[in-house]
Amino acid sequence: MNAIANAGRRTFLKTGVALGAGLTLGFYLPTGIMRRAVGNESTSSFAPNAFLRIAPDNTITVLIKHLEMGQGVYTGLPMLVAEELEADWQQIKVESAPADAKLYGNLAWGGSAQGTGGSTSLANSWEQLRLAGATAREMLIAAAAAQWSVDASSLRAEQGYVIDSDNHRKASFGELAAQASTLSPPQDVTLKPPKDWKVIGKSLPRKDSQAKSTGKAQFAIDIRLPSMLTALVARPPRFGASVKSFDATQAEAVPGVKTVVQIPQGVAVVAENFWAAKKGRDALKVEWDGGETVSTEDLRRHYIELADSPGLPAANVGDAEQALASAENKLEAIFEFPYLAHASMEPLCCVVDWQDQHCDIWAGSQLQTLDQAIAASILGLKPEQVNIHTLFAGGSFGRHANPTADYIAEGAAVAKATRSLKAPIRLLWTREDDIQGGYYRPQYVHHLVGALDGDGKPLLWRQRIVGQSILSGTPFESMMVKEGIDMTSVEGASNLAYAIPNLRVELRSPKSGVPVLWWRSVGHTHTGFATEVFIDELATAARQDPVAYRRELLSQRPRHQGVLELAAAKAGWGTPLPKGRGRGIAVHESFNSFVAEVAEVTVQADGSFTVDRVVCAVDCGYAINPDVIKAQMEGGIGFGLAAALSGRITLKDGVVQQSNFHDYPVLRINQMPSIEVYIVPSEANPTGVGEPGVPPIAPAVANALFAATGKRIRRLPIDPNDLKV
Amino acid sequence: MISLTVNEQTHEVDAPPDTPLLWVLRDVLGLTGTKFGCGRALCGACTVHLNGTPIRSCTMPLAAVGAGQITTIEGASGKAIEAIKQAWIDLNVPQCGYCQSGQIMSASALLTHNAKPTDADIDAAMAGNICRCATYARIRAALHQAAATLEG
Repeated sequence: MNAIANAGRRTFLKTGVALGAGLTLGFYLPTGIMRRAVGNESTSSFAPNAFLRIAPDNTITVLIKHLEMGQGVYTGLPMLVAEELEADWQQIKVESAPADAKLYGNLAWGGSAQGTGGSTSLANSWEQLRLAGATAREMLIAAAAAQWSVDASSLRAEQGYVIDSDNHRKASFGELAAQASTLSPPQDVTLKPPKDWKVIGKSLPRKDSQAKSTGKAQFAIDIRLPSMLTALVARPPRFGASVKSFDATQAEAVPGVKTVVQIPQGVAVVAENFWAAKKGRDALKVEWDGGETVSTEDLRRHYIELADSPGLPAANVGDAEQALASAENKLEAIFEFPYLAHASMEPLCCVVDWQDQHCDIWAGSQLQTLDQAIAASILGLKPEQVNIHTLFAGGSFGRHANPTADYIAEGAAVAKATRSLKAPIRLLWTREDDIQGGYYRPQYVHHLVGALDGDGKPLLWRQRIVGQSILSGTPFESMMVKEGIDMTSVEGASNLAYAIPNLRVELRSPKSGVPVLWWRSVGHTHTGFATEVFIDELATAARQDPVAYRRELLSQRPRHQGVLELAAAKAGWGTPLPKGRGRGIAVHESFNSFVAEVAEVTVQADGSFTVDRVVCAVDCGYAINPDVIKAQMEGGIGFGLAAALSGRITLKDGVVQQSNFHDYPVLRINQMPSIEVYIVPSEANPTGVGEPGVPPIAPAVANALFAATGKRIRRLPIDPNDLKV
Repeated sequence: MISLTVNEQTHEVDAPPDTPLLWVLRDVLGLTGTKFGCGRALCGACTVHLNGTPIRSCTMPLAAVGAGQITTIEGASGKAIEAIKQAWIDLNVPQCGYCQSGQIMSASALLTHNAKPTDADIDAAMAGNICRCATYARIRAALHQAAATLEG
């Protein structure tokens, strides 16, 4: 315990000169009409660090440095503070932190930038927020000890009070706030051992359920400022094309349209409201020059060709080529994956209010300090002159974490181009803009070759992955692209969990003008499918049960085994199913969490099928809030299922062929299987749950379809024609 | 000026007659609980009630509403909607939360007409409302809980 406390303290002090600088944060007041309700509490509030503030009225405000996009950070993060602070859950409120890498940097990224991604929010806050709570608790106890002239060691904190049981008295945290704020933070605090936890491990209610069940939750699209104008941007029909000329005569004739301006991204129609902007954009005539003319069908063929020859090595164990030369029982398979749009329910939106030397931006900002820096550079401001108000995001799935800050940059560009209007700008995308606007999960092809030894065990595994790099050319390149290998292209394959004596994973990263981006669970969206279907193929070739086969190959991987066994047992693995039904399993580690899923399907003779039931087991370390973990597994399964069943963006001659939910269908309630989620008890440090539920579902379904029909699915989305009897 | 009744209040609205009801609610009346998701009646985020029936406000022109009574998430009241909101909160249904106003408006219309819906009834009534976070399993459970509450 001491070791943890000490290591944690070092992190805490290192991150931010956090304690000292944080002391002023109780007085932090954003400008503009969205002034946060700190009000008169500011003078007597207790703000021992950058993460919490205790007001005399006994409310405790926890500042959240991460974006709440549905994954539950507004609940899981304050639980860490509440645990150590000994606060009452009811008295805790949450507020999004301002953009500030020094105070709120993501420690999983070295603390250099503030942002949310890679399922790191809880993991990187695990010690930081418990220490924030523990420090405040010690200071409140010290304040009470001073007031009562007793020794601090005779006092304890509980449920929002400091209690002096010897003298039968207590004081609320609010009552002690003013005095505590005069004290210096302690140099050393000890974190509670797990046996003393009262908050961690409980399914406390989400802090945002009330607002989100009454229409009161505020998203960027809901911000209304006096004289605010709405901007819609006409973007090129082909990625990378530029404006040759435009005729705004008819657009400007639409009542309510204020102006039409060219910006680097296209032509913006700026109007009094959405409908005028929309009609104006419909009436706008733009001639475009150039742009990407690729077709996805050509890309597919090209990638398959590329996968025929070696790429850069991403993993190399033993000698796969030599083993291949002499292998007998060889298997070979090509896996194909399309571009995918995120299609979050809230179309991209930001509100930019630029006033001379200051700018306020409201957005579901996922990379706050990057968004801030990019907006500042466009407006000619210093980053600290741009105030990012992080609101709820109506989903993101990675889309808001754009290294180019694309929609924020558009908002800033429109604000700059319309500066003479002196009006705040609401930059909004339509659904068509979103589906056709790029930043997709890249298209990929995997070429796998495997062979079995005399006992049916895998002798070799060679996997060639072909697809665009997400990170080359972005600020993340230096961190996540090593010797030509974009880690996000190979994660989940290059660290294959199965014991295979000769393993080689190679990568080819062809370039294309189609913008790509991470998409919930990133590389694991495709590596999880290819590896978990192919291991199933090897099991079949070895005439072994898929669970037994995996179990043996995972003998050195106890956490993989743990979820595998739990999911299989709860699903009734091995019990017979009626004809036309099948059961399949997949197990995959992503973002340091381990998930196994068993899917049950029913297939008709025409190939149509339903996913009836999914049993999921997850090991994400200490389960901070089991209900949030279960919700994330359910949601991850639904999200992954959408991609398995219908997700596909295609381009023809450079033009995206889908535009809205009729031709880019996502999962609907009638397609949602019944889901059971089981959590493996664990004493490992907590890891993320936002993404890890996604990767196993598509391969579990594909393996279940094989069990039902004997037909292998190696292309997503699944085509029922491939399953016809 | 076009006369429009929303949440039992009549407004004289200065907007072109082809303006979708959604944007009158949001941009003119400031009722932002009703959301924009697709603009083509494909996702249900904009669901409101017209005389008690759920409609997609993103494709309903202002001029077509006429004397109809519009109810939004802000004004919806009665036992069914209260039971639904409470069940949504109790079961922690929302994740990102963006689609939930529309989900709740569709759900309340369902419960008003069918006091004890089966899973199949729920799937049929709610299939027009997309939730990209896939909170569907909890939506089903919350509807059953709300139905049980109403039954007493």
